[in-house]
Amino acid sequence: MKAESAAVISGVGWSDIGRRLHRDPRLLTVDAALAAIADAGLTTADIDGVSTYPGASGSTPGMSGAGVDDVRTLLGLDLRWHTGGAELAGQLGALVNAVLAVAGGLADHVLCFRSVWESTAQDRAGDRSSIVAQSQRPVVQWGKPYGSGYVTYGALAMQRYMHETGATREQFAQLAVTSRANAAGNPLAVYRAPMSVDDYLGARMISDPLCLFDCDVPVDGAVAVIVSRADSPAVDRRKAVGIEAMSSATGFDQSADMLWSRTDLKPLDVDLAEIYDGFTIYAVRWLESLGLTPRGETGPFVEGGSRIALDGELPISTGGGQLSGGRLHGFGALLEACLQLRGEGGARQVPGDPEVAVVTSGAEAFTSCLLLVR
Amino acid sequence: MCMMVKMQERTPPVLTERTRPFWTGGEQGELLIARCQGCGRWSHPPLPLCPACHGRDLVPEAVSGRGTVWSFTVNRYPWSPTLEPPYVLAEVELEEQPGLRLLTAIVDCDEVTIGMPVTVRFEAAGEAWIPVFAP
Repeated sequence: MKAESAAVISGVGWSDIGRRLHRDPRLLTVDAALAAIADAGLTTADIDGVSTYPGASGSTPGMSGAGVDDVRTLLGLDLRWHTGGAELAGQLGALVNAVLAVAGGLADHVLCFRSVWESTAQDRAGDRSSIVAQSQRPVVQWGKPYGSGYVTYGALAMQRYMHETGATREQFAQLAVTSRANAAGNPLAVYRAPMSVDDYLGARMISDPLCLFDCDVPVDGAVAVIVSRADSPAVDRRKAVGIEAMSSATGFDQSADMLWSRTDLKPLDVDLAEIYDGFTIYAVRWLESLGLTPRGETGPFVEGGSRIALDGELPISTGGGQLSGGRLHGFGALLEACLQLRGEGGARQVPGDPEVAVVTSGAEAFTSCLLLVR
Repeated sequence: MCMMVKMQERTPPVLTERTRPFWTGGEQGELLIARCQGCGRWSHPPLPLCPACHGRDLVPEAVSGRGTVWSFTVNRYPWSPTLEPPYVLAEVELEEQPGLRLLTAIVDCDEVTIGMPVTVRFEAAGEAWIPVFAP
């Protein structure tokens, strides 16, 4: 039996999510954790595992709102297993680890969380470049004399993709516009005002060809989910979301290939895709690697937006993604997929009782993805 | 697109045993890239071990300084305290080896295009000589 079959997502929870909340990020984390535990019908006494990314490891301000030990201490958890760190298989690697722990019998109910306070951190530091200047990542050091920032890599990848495929900015605009349209129906999303293709084309350029609306939005907030033993009598079957397949492989293509190798389902079975959209080009990469759009032809596929809309053949970023919902680093996508599969999408619910959702996180050499089922 | 040439001081990199050859070879007009003495493979950023053959004898060697633009971006955000936007960042693929790419700047160029041949030059910054490229 594959590990995925031994576990389910039994509950989901979230904190306040917003810009410049100036709240203690440990409390945001705890808010999400307690909500998820309650949603699963459990108590803190039931939680015997914790899994997070990146935890208390060193990072730029705002990247991590709490570590495993913060949560253990604050909630008084009695843990049999835990893990947290920056070198996971993408942000959703925290889920992969939790599933393995449950399947391996090390824990029955694992609290998985991601919390961020990047918006408040930027507010305190003055601006985005001050945060980057504090990064000790080697890749940043090699770029400093040239004045590179995080967007540089997204912009270079986008330019190259447009060169190779002929994709246009008007086509990229559809990813941002679709996300914004979906965000309008999501009370948790930070940017909900309508946006048009013209708004996108008229937006400030950050690093050509990448404009403001190709970038996701730093926020403060936390999301938690509970990964439980599938055979636990405590699990509420009406809420449980199944894990059909998971992938921990490195790289967009490798991650997608591993995901499909662990299931009989095919790309055409996917009812909705919550794809990682730190930059729009990353969403394009994931769509093509997963076989959800033809290789090199995502531009024409998304043109006009109807195929990726809520009522289209491949709804994406149904809660607004990170572009309009805020950078909850893969866990916003995870939350949205669970809510959609549970039929709790409200005004943004994908019609037709969706049963299969793909969720991806990260980019380049930091990737993971999940195939969730109802 | 029109790129004005501005003479600005780039932020000097931290020089270590590992990074010094790349950042200071320009003083002699040389772009120094780490090369495995066992199998000949080039690596950048410089590594203590060759990923191809696991050889440990990697030595900075001068390359031709010629390459092509693999991708580029006109940056408009003030990431650097000393560089005034807009300026062009690029990945340049060196002619010595497919996939051997540097993050760098393109200077003295009104219209950058992908695939454009470029040649290295160097700009002084503190103790360092920063490799940049121009047509």
